[in-house]
Amino acid sequence: MRIRNLLAVTMLTGIYSLIVAVLFVLLDAPDVALTEAAVGAGLMVILMLGTIALTTQEERRQSMRHNLLALVVVAITGAALIYATLDMPLFGDPEAPAHVHLSPRFTQESPDEIGIPNMVTSVLASYRGIDTLGEAVVVFAAAVGVLLVLGTGAVRGRGHGNRGRARREDQDEAP
Amino acid sequence: MMFFAVALAILFTLGLALARAFIGPTIHDRILAVNVVGTKAVLMIAVVGFIVGRPEFIDIAIVYALLNYIGIIAVLRVFESGSLAAEPVEEPEQARRGR
Repeated sequence: MRIRNLLAVTMLTGIYSLIVAVLFVLLDAPDVALTEAAVGAGLMVILMLGTIALTTQEERRQSMRHNLLALVVVAITGAALIYATLDMPLFGDPEAPAHVHLSPRFTQESPDEIGIPNMVTSVLASYRGIDTLGEAVVVFAAAVGVLLVLGTGAVRGRGHGNRGRARREDQDEAP
Repeated sequence: MMFFAVALAILFTLGLALARAFIGPTIHDRILAVNVVGTKAVLMIAVVGFIVGRPEFIDIAIVYALLNYIGIIAVLRVFESGSLAAEPVEEPEQARRGR
């Protein structure tokens, strides 16, 4: 079963995000679930909708050629990844290295070392400060790129393009 | 026990909404399915919060309800104006099929 309508695919992606967010809540990570719902079901869907509004709703049909080599490569990579997960500790294992070494260290030392009662914040903003700065740079670059593509495209499409000229008055009222 | 029964019922309706989202056939069915799935997610989070004894999950559920509303409004907006903007002269039959 193939869905060619990109609007429908975008909505299915939003559904996927909502269900994964519920899964995160079940795994007792409500903050991650909140981020997933806000970014995955909210922001990403709206960005995709903006892209669809600038381009087209229907995916172009192309000739389907099956590449056997690609299937073999994907199967081998997947098998290697599954083999790698066999070494990982079980879910919720109290003897896992992260729970034996890292968690006690942070829960006992971080209030004295950093002075912030919230340990997640102290890890993110102080122990991993450089890493968080790098993440912020990446997010900023992505936002600037999206604004460059979507923002100027919208202005040009409305100002000079020939699409939707008859209905342009309706669109200009939209914020 | 009662909360588990409620959770099962919510999962069942979630499955029904997912089926509707997949088989379509019109875009309105899918929009409604997304809305129903969002509502079921809100209810599911609230019920799970009571099952595990942390009623503060309701705050997250409220945020989900707000996001759901904003998302549906955005989808409907793009569907209304975006499909009209998508080359109405060259592909009129496609624009009509998308409705």
